[in-house]
Amino acid sequence: MNLYLKYNFDRTCRVILQEQLDKFDFKYTIAETGTISFEENISMEQYVSLQQRLMHYGIEIVDNQKAILVQKIKAAIMAMLEQDNMPLIKISTYLSEKLDENYRTLSNVFTEVCHISIESFIIIQKIERVKQLLITENLSLTEISFRMNYSSVAHLSNQFKKITGFTPTVFQKVVQNKRTLTININ
Amino acid sequence: MDPEKLYILLAEDDQDDRLFFKKVFDSLKIKHTLDMCEDGHELMAYLDDSNILPHIIFLDVNMPGKSGMECLKAIRSSTKLRETTVAMYSSLSSRETIEDAFISGANVFIKKPNEFDELRKILKEVMYINWQYVTDGMNRENYMINYYNT
Repeated sequence: MNLYLKYNFDRTCRVILQEQLDKFDFKYTIAETGTISFEENISMEQYVSLQQRLMHYGIEIVDNQKAILVQKIKAAIMAMLEQDNMPLIKISTYLSEKLDENYRTLSNVFTEVCHISIESFIIIQKIERVKQLLITENLSLTEISFRMNYSSVAHLSNQFKKITGFTPTVFQKVVQNKRTLTININ
Repeated sequence: MDPEKLYILLAEDDQDDRLFFKKVFDSLKIKHTLDMCEDGHELMAYLDDSNILPHIIFLDVNMPGKSGMECLKAIRSSTKLRETTVAMYSSLSSRETIEDAFISGANVFIKKPNEFDELRKILKEVMYINWQYVTDGMNRENYMINYYNT
């Protein structure tokens, strides 16, 4: 025996949306097909959780909330690195306080969008900052390691080598030679 | 890695190696377009003609005809290509050659591995770090990463 069905997709989707949205405690209205309006802003944690629930039904949220959050995380990290004396606070605490989200959410969203972890991003940016201090401000490694909260010059040198493949001294030399070459060409 | 697609250009005279790179790129979860040239002359002609600039150019150091080093110098003296990332690779190079490449404006130097996984690991890292330079406006003068000895 066969049963023949007729679907009302609009209705089906609405019911699914309602069921899922009712699992949270926010006030919402499902406007015209495809738009949900919230009375208040929802947190990133709720957003991620809603997104996962809807994904199960093949419903995707179309927008760039995540990209926006990633930009905020990056901005917060950069602001921290640019301070003359970096604060001695755990990065997870710093970011979750600054952005008012739990760190796990921040970390997951970041990795999903950027394909690298927040920790790797920070190391890359820290080394960028070290390069800059080394090249443009001509600071010594001792000064740099103090400013950037490295436990020792050796730790700084090792991390530098690991990320760039150069020792800080060779790096400095190569940049200087590159500058001389550029000046000669122009 | 969204929203745009990464555009990669590779110059390599050996057909097997071209295939090897292509396989590795295809295995990475990065939306990309890969175009390949068979030697340095073809690469430079391609770059002259093309309106769309690649995000990153992979250059075999040792190519017959116009070598990778010659291409690098030509790329760096071209106004439109000055900011493009150049990654050089070879199976054997001296410390001097490597430093010369960086002084001439290379951003990345890779020792070409024979193992799929090894190349995959390096290319993945190169792609993601390169993306940071593209999207976060990091200082390109300091963009030098030497993967030769690691």
